[in-house]
Amino acid sequence: MTSLIIILSVLLLLIIILQIGRINEITAGLRGEEETEVKNANSNGIWLVIYCAIFLIACFVSAYYYLPYMLGYGPHQAASAHGGLIDNLFSVTLLFTGIVFVLCHIALFWFSYKYRYKVGRKILFMPDNHKLEIIWTAIPALVMTILVVQGLVTWNKVMADVKDGDDFIEIEATGWQFAWNLRYPGADGKLGVKDYRLIKPGKNELGQDWNDTRNHDDFNANELVLPKGKKIRVRISARDVLHNFYLPHFRVKMDAVPGLPTYFIFTPIKTTDEYRQELRKYPEYNIPSDPTDPKSPPKWQAFDYELACAELCGKGHYSMRKLVKIVNEDEYNTWLSAQKSYYLTSVRNTDEDPFKGKNVKIELESKAIELESNLRKALDTSANSGSRTLVLDNIYFETGASTLSNDSEYALNVISKAFTKYPNLKVEVSGHSDNVGEPASNLTLSQERANSVKNYLTSKGANSGSINAIGMGQNRPIADNSTDEGKAKNRRIEFKILSF
Amino acid sequence: MSSHNTSTKEQDYLIESQGYDDHFHEHHHGDKYQMNFLTTYIFSQDHKMIARQFLITGIFWAFIGALMSLVFRIQLGFPDADLSWLKPFLGKWIVVNEAGIGKLEPEFYYALVTMHGTIIVFFVLTAGLSGTFSNLLIPLQIGARDMASPFLNMLSYWFFFLSGAVMFYSLFLSTGPFSGGWVAYPPLSALPQASNGSGNGMTLWLVSLTLFVVSVLLGGINYITTVLNLRTKGMTMWRMPLTVWAFLVTAILALLSFPVLASGFFLLIFDRSLGTSFYLSDIFVNGQILDRIGGSPILYQHLFWFLGHPEVYIIILPAMGLVSEVMSVHARKPIFGYRAMVYSIMAIGFLSFIVWAHHMFMSGVNPFLSNFFVVFTLIIAVPSAVKVFNWIGTLYGGNIRMNTQMLFCIGFVSMFISGGLTGIFLGNSAIDIQQHDTYFVVAHFHIVMGVAAFFGMFAGIYNWFPKMFGRYMNDTMGKIHFWITMIGAYAVFGPMHYLGMAGVPRRYYRFDTFDAFKGFDDMNKFITIAAAITFLAQLVFIINFFYSMYKGKKVTTPNPWKSNSLEWTTPIEPGHGNWPGKIPTVHRWAYDYGKDDREFIQQHIPLRDGEQHSSH
Repeated sequence: MTSLIIILSVLLLLIIILQIGRINEITAGLRGEEETEVKNANSNGIWLVIYCAIFLIACFVSAYYYLPYMLGYGPHQAASAHGGLIDNLFSVTLLFTGIVFVLCHIALFWFSYKYRYKVGRKILFMPDNHKLEIIWTAIPALVMTILVVQGLVTWNKVMADVKDGDDFIEIEATGWQFAWNLRYPGADGKLGVKDYRLIKPGKNELGQDWNDTRNHDDFNANELVLPKGKKIRVRISARDVLHNFYLPHFRVKMDAVPGLPTYFIFTPIKTTDEYRQELRKYPEYNIPSDPTDPKSPPKWQAFDYELACAELCGKGHYSMRKLVKIVNEDEYNTWLSAQKSYYLTSVRNTDEDPFKGKNVKIELESKAIELESNLRKALDTSANSGSRTLVLDNIYFETGASTLSNDSEYALNVISKAFTKYPNLKVEVSGHSDNVGEPASNLTLSQERANSVKNYLTSKGANSGSINAIGMGQNRPIADNSTDEGKAKNRRIEFKILSF
Repeated sequence: MSSHNTSTKEQDYLIESQGYDDHFHEHHHGDKYQMNFLTTYIFSQDHKMIARQFLITGIFWAFIGALMSLVFRIQLGFPDADLSWLKPFLGKWIVVNEAGIGKLEPEFYYALVTMHGTIIVFFVLTAGLSGTFSNLLIPLQIGARDMASPFLNMLSYWFFFLSGAVMFYSLFLSTGPFSGGWVAYPPLSALPQASNGSGNGMTLWLVSLTLFVVSVLLGGINYITTVLNLRTKGMTMWRMPLTVWAFLVTAILALLSFPVLASGFFLLIFDRSLGTSFYLSDIFVNGQILDRIGGSPILYQHLFWFLGHPEVYIIILPAMGLVSEVMSVHARKPIFGYRAMVYSIMAIGFLSFIVWAHHMFMSGVNPFLSNFFVVFTLIIAVPSAVKVFNWIGTLYGGNIRMNTQMLFCIGFVSMFISGGLTGIFLGNSAIDIQQHDTYFVVAHFHIVMGVAAFFGMFAGIYNWFPKMFGRYMNDTMGKIHFWITMIGAYAVFGPMHYLGMAGVPRRYYRFDTFDAFKGFDDMNKFITIAAAITFLAQLVFIINFFYSMYKGKKVTTPNPWKSNSLEWTTPIEPGHGNWPGKIPTVHRWAYDYGKDDREFIQQHIPLRDGEQHSSH
């Protein structure tokens, strides 16, 4: 019903306008051409001037009203190191163009009014004026030169890639319909390679190649957490269609292109908290964040940086939001240490894992680190722990033989370092086996394996007299030999500190 | 009034005594090309009829395009409103939930945005503007009987019509029309798996626009040939009205750039249907690993914008030409700096070919490359500024008639200033980092090539309506149309600059998904209401147009605006061949207004003894 009324009243309005038009045409015909022309010129001339005045005032008033949203004014400050340069260029351009805007409009509307039609007015016959034309070609050319130079200097500064030796964190953002995936490089600081042909939904969203050990420590984050003051290089990619990695507060924007990784480098300079504190100074940020709920926290407190998509990517384009948190270095490190490698939590020893049932560097390394700390405790004189025996579960032999496999080096290198540090270190290295096979051959093999360890350590500089290698065979199980796990635990090398 | 009659007689006498006799009437008796209804009104080869066909088709598409913008503006201004009342028109694209609240489907929102852009850019502001006025004015203003090839000219319209028919059909597909933005970037546009609209909708979009390219090329080659070869005796290049200069350069731009777009489309068609990988690489979409490697989506962007940028000048140059001519006539004063205007048109035309990548600063092209595009882009500001100053210089010291077409000229210059200046922000790649694909861009291009081009077109329509239909448009309705449109257009696009500065991205279905982009509800409502009012003003125009066509005040004199150019030496309703007898010969440029105390001197009037040429 309301729509019918609206349609009818619009129709009525249009008919009225048509009738007014017809009546005016008739009165104009009666009045005569010249008089109509003069009347027209007078009324519309005045309207042009009034329009111009209101228009310019509206521009300034609205600019003042929306000052908080203008780049670099009020609360709308850049949160990145390069953002200020862009905001500054914006302001300089605004100044120059603002002057031209106002002057041109005044001239345009004022001349239209001043030279409106009058009977008998003689026009100024002026087909051209070379001097004037040279002046008004030269001035824009000069202003443009200034803007181009400042613009290009800024541009090349902002877009410069990292150089060798730069200290930066590289992370990866991958867009797809309709979300962002954020990947961090893990402890090695390096992102592993990926290939879209390896993508498996739910199992390997990015197509990371698990053969590349740099992938093993990479982790994905639900929020973009970054430390303040550190240069960030975002590697930007897309899985299906174009997206655009857009961080409005940081003046960061770059397309994500399938098959063509792009990048953007920026340095956050304000933590989320610092930005909130700045917003707090503005009254417009001291109103409830939810207008319908007066008890909701004020806007400044609810503020968060955001990651958006700025390239049309389909029907969900408007919803690709991720939260961005800028924190202090300490908080960042705490956060980092709480993150879990995707490979270790979700891929390791599944069918996806090319290293299923085999050792991987990242595990060997973490066990070596564990061993190092245990060894430190065992060598700590102040701690009267008594337990000076370590089980080296990180030493591997070829099946049924005493040859050390390369994977053993992580643990053995930790041990050999102890010999360098403590020249008087005396230890007992003992080999143990499970109960499979002949006890006698188990005894021999465990003796040979202990010898291999001793030989390795002496080859790395330990004194052969300080290592007593013995084989224990299956005599000293530490776990139940009836299960496979127990057997695995019983096959071991023990390392007992005698004195140091 | 009597003075008109004298001058009419004088004029006929002059043409008969001095004109060029091409034995027009000796060729055939009667008109074998306009024998029946079909050949007169439908498959006409008369440039004036073809111009009217382009214009009316353009108005039809403008109405559709504007209506679409109204629907998506309702979504943006009132995202939570109940749109079930639109269900009778939009059918399944309005989804009504259990509570009875109707919502616009996001997919269809994007289809509307895409179609709005495609329709307005190609069908209205290219075909409707350049097609109409190049056809109407080139032969009339250079003193030619018709286009060089009237038959190609007719084909040009019918390819346009066919193109429109295909696009119109695509609106009713069950998967919807194409919805990946008017620029149609792959991979979105190449992969039906990525979006419903990229299926049959995109196929038809490509077919339609390929037909459109054919239309533009047939038209363009004709315009160029006609201007170069069919000028009447005495009509040197430097005596041509600025309209003709603008149409000529426009046609050259179109001829050089549209084939590149076509090549881009062909590669896209290959990627879509032949399994090639020109634009595709490393894609996993909809659970599927595509066997496409080695292509680059950026290649498409280069090919697209190699047309896309000249295209905006293909749109605005004819408007500039129309405004220059109309402004000079109604300020009763020669256009200021005629030669500078021509050189500016040429400079803009040339530069338009070496700035395309400024649309691609943030698309992953080498940042070093952008340096060149920044320089060339900002150089365009210089000839553009010269044109603005020259228009203002034309008004200075004139005796300005405030009719509707003049008001639209003033409005055009205002829009061109406002929109041109914001281009200086965006052309500087460093600022573009933040402003790219935000509402600042939307505001910029709508004002400078949308509204401004429409204003130029309106100025042209109001001014040459008497030549097209032998009647005047109603001036009062014209003024109501002008003032609402002028205020309305700024009310719609002015506030969008602030949205852009706040970082609000374009092509968002709703803004409340982000804290940073919400909070402009009032502004978005305001824009939507302003857009609706501006739309209503266009209805005033449409009513005025069709009412005046049949009932408007009749033109009683061949030269109602006391204008200098040759189209006003033809009879009030010129027949096929334009001049009944000889073709007028030309003795002077088109802008001798107020010279030596004579109000106007038409181009075919010889110089008096001792009279000097005005601009040489």
